[in-house]
Amino acid sequence: MTLDETMHGFPQLATAMPVWHGTVEAKPFRDLCEEVRRSGGKLVALWGSDETARENGYALHAALITVRGMLCLSLPIAVDRPAFPDISDLFPGANRMQRAVADMLGLHALGSDDQRKWLRHASWPGDVHPLRKSFDAANKFPTDSDAYAFVPVSGDGVHEIPVGPVHAGTIEPGHFRFSIIGERVLRLEQRLGYTHKGIEKRFEQMTLTQGAKLAGRISGDSTVAYAWAYAQAVESVTGAQPSARALALRGVLLELERIHNHLGDLGYLGNDVALAFGFAQFWILKEDALRMNGELFGHRYLMDKVLPGGVSCDLDERGCERIRQLLSHLENEVSVLRNIYDEHAGAQDRFLSTGRVSPDLAAQLGLTGMAGRASGQAWDLRAQFPCAPYDQLEVNMATHRNGDVAARVTVRFEELSESIRLIRRLLDLLPAGELQIAVGNAPDKAFGIGWVEGWRGEVLVALHTAPDNAIHRLHPHDPSWQNWPVLEHAIIGNIVPDFPLINKSFNLSYSGQDL
Amino acid sequence: MNLSALLFQLLQDTLVVLAAPLLLGWVNQCRAWLQNRSGAGVLQPYRKLIKLFHKDAVLAHNASPLFRFMPYILFACMWLAAALVPVLATDLPLSPAVDVIALVGIFALARVFISLAAMDIGTAFGTLGARREMLVGFLAEPALLMVFFTASVISHSTSLITIVETLAHTQFVLYPSLAFAAVAFVMVLLAENARIPVDNPSTHLELTMIHEAMILEYSARHLALIEWASALKLLAYITIGIALFLPWGIAAADHWSALPIALVALFVKLTAAGAGLALLETLSAKMRIFRVPEFMGTAFLLAVLGMLTHFLLGS
Repeated sequence: MTLDETMHGFPQLATAMPVWHGTVEAKPFRDLCEEVRRSGGKLVALWGSDETARENGYALHAALITVRGMLCLSLPIAVDRPAFPDISDLFPGANRMQRAVADMLGLHALGSDDQRKWLRHASWPGDVHPLRKSFDAANKFPTDSDAYAFVPVSGDGVHEIPVGPVHAGTIEPGHFRFSIIGERVLRLEQRLGYTHKGIEKRFEQMTLTQGAKLAGRISGDSTVAYAWAYAQAVESVTGAQPSARALALRGVLLELERIHNHLGDLGYLGNDVALAFGFAQFWILKEDALRMNGELFGHRYLMDKVLPGGVSCDLDERGCERIRQLLSHLENEVSVLRNIYDEHAGAQDRFLSTGRVSPDLAAQLGLTGMAGRASGQAWDLRAQFPCAPYDQLEVNMATHRNGDVAARVTVRFEELSESIRLIRRLLDLLPAGELQIAVGNAPDKAFGIGWVEGWRGEVLVALHTAPDNAIHRLHPHDPSWQNWPVLEHAIIGNIVPDFPLINKSFNLSYSGQDL
Repeated sequence: MNLSALLFQLLQDTLVVLAAPLLLGWVNQCRAWLQNRSGAGVLQPYRKLIKLFHKDAVLAHNASPLFRFMPYILFACMWLAAALVPVLATDLPLSPAVDVIALVGIFALARVFISLAAMDIGTAFGTLGARREMLVGFLAEPALLMVFFTASVISHSTSLITIVETLAHTQFVLYPSLAFAAVAFVMVLLAENARIPVDNPSTHLELTMIHEAMILEYSARHLALIEWASALKLLAYITIGIALFLPWGIAAADHWSALPIALVALFVKLTAAGAGLALLETLSAKMRIFRVPEFMGTAFLLAVLGMLTHFLLGS
């Protein structure tokens, strides 16, 4: 049976995106993963859930993407044998997800040679698993020592530089262990998980309505993407269908979010090569965008604007005009700045060939989102599986084959212009309709998916419901999960002082992959 | 030696130590303006120094006396260097000591101590910074010496005073060799003072730092002295540049009557030099660390060309 036939043999979810969901045993689970890998597909997310309260043991869930859409697989796991087949040989990005499942739920990847902890530091003991239903959140644990086995690199003249988790600048915490020879990096190993907040556990105490607010706070720079993905998941389990106007407004908000993030990153990339001029100019533009957001929508970063059933804001003719003005201003300024970046010999010398991820390597490691597109990975949900409002817009995907910092800069510039075009189209087409419709009740044990192309890449929210509109398990998945390990490869062979620039060109979320 | 000359010397030495942060503030303010920012004002370095002097110093447990004493040695070296350069007048009590090779030696002494102190604590960044500093330093020193030699073949002396007097107080002559030397000197100045494109004085990215990486472990009064010493070093370099290439306006000896003109000339020259430095820094991006040898090699080559030009054209 081909992959397509198997996939279509499973029930399709009633969601805006093409998603099929099936429950399978361990053997077919692994076989289907192999099949997806062979057909050029990728792993989007991997998470576990505790079904013991339903007397059903545990379960492991995997979201895989193929050219046809998403295939979600659920694998039941017995309580007395908490293990599942290792798939990190097929999808290298699965390694950290599997280790996180082991930390949070005590389910282990059978046959994986990397059984180290990932998200757990010294704050709770190894035999305590916070996402189990039997876990008591009121428990306090003594702080233990955090022994972690970094992969040692030996050889003549090789030495290590430990960096972080506290940095000289105001950035998120993460530890980087460089093995270097002279200034050349032989190996980088990351140790993340310093931002654990218990968000997934908190969701389980919430109803579907309450969860919307928390979903918007998982990753502040992608609040629209997360809120939309959450809303999509809730709408798919309740069967709610937001109006065309609400969907168009969501599109405007998501593209505005993409614009201000790309502007900020382009500024930071200038700053990292000490071109402080570019930094100041792009951040003036970003500030213009944020102020307009605050003025029109009441929140600079657009939090709580997308809600299940619709949106909580509206645009009148004056508001549309205000956005159009900003877009023209941005378009003019950015084209001038792009010329300056492109023609600045010093900046180009730093950007070109730095931190290169070849298309082959990107495909092998499953590089996703904006960084993936800069390495020839042509995946963009807005173009491939366009749901409303993108189905009327014919989104042009920006891709590049070089995979270096310069390519990621170029893709950002191109996505910026594309977002400007998309917002203009959306404003021109803005249909009438209700802003928010009432969301009905969700059945127990329902499964919903929200899947949105945020500025960093595809944001996934997987929702398992409990009775009375409560959340049984909710897994928000940031594209940073897939891309952090690729960064370890991007730096190999580069020199130490280029790391901040390479890191910034990916700009991954520390907090988004450590809930 | 008369009292008047001594007073003049004291005035000059006090002026440089007090004015050094002002020059740094001016450069930073110009950079802010050039980047469309309003900036913190020219007095910001003073505020920072006052803030740091009011803080309690934190030292690593394994810090040796070398680590504690380094800021004082560094400050003394830089003050001495800045005080020796003929800023206001040429014939002063300390003038016989002002030899350009001695100046290079003072800078080298400071570099040795700051690098040793950086490695003293044993953190990865200190060692990283010290290594990079030595790389930049050993490339910059020969270029700097060649610049000085180019200037000294004109006046047949390595005494900075004689060089200045030859250029400032004799008949005006254009020396093409000095044009090469001036460009080389600006390149050395950028490298030695941790300015863009070699280093970035305002960076927070610890992996890219050179100078900042060496002083990451310092705090309070120690850090204040190091910052002040950096300002003094910048002033010393710019005044050396002025002495070599734009010496006009300086007082011939301790003539108090020439002081106002000398002060105004110095102020104008420093203002212009600071603005020029800010412009250069704004226009460039920081280069990869392994481009620094090429950069310093170019500086050395230009200085050699200057010297050759001098001999080819005849003096």
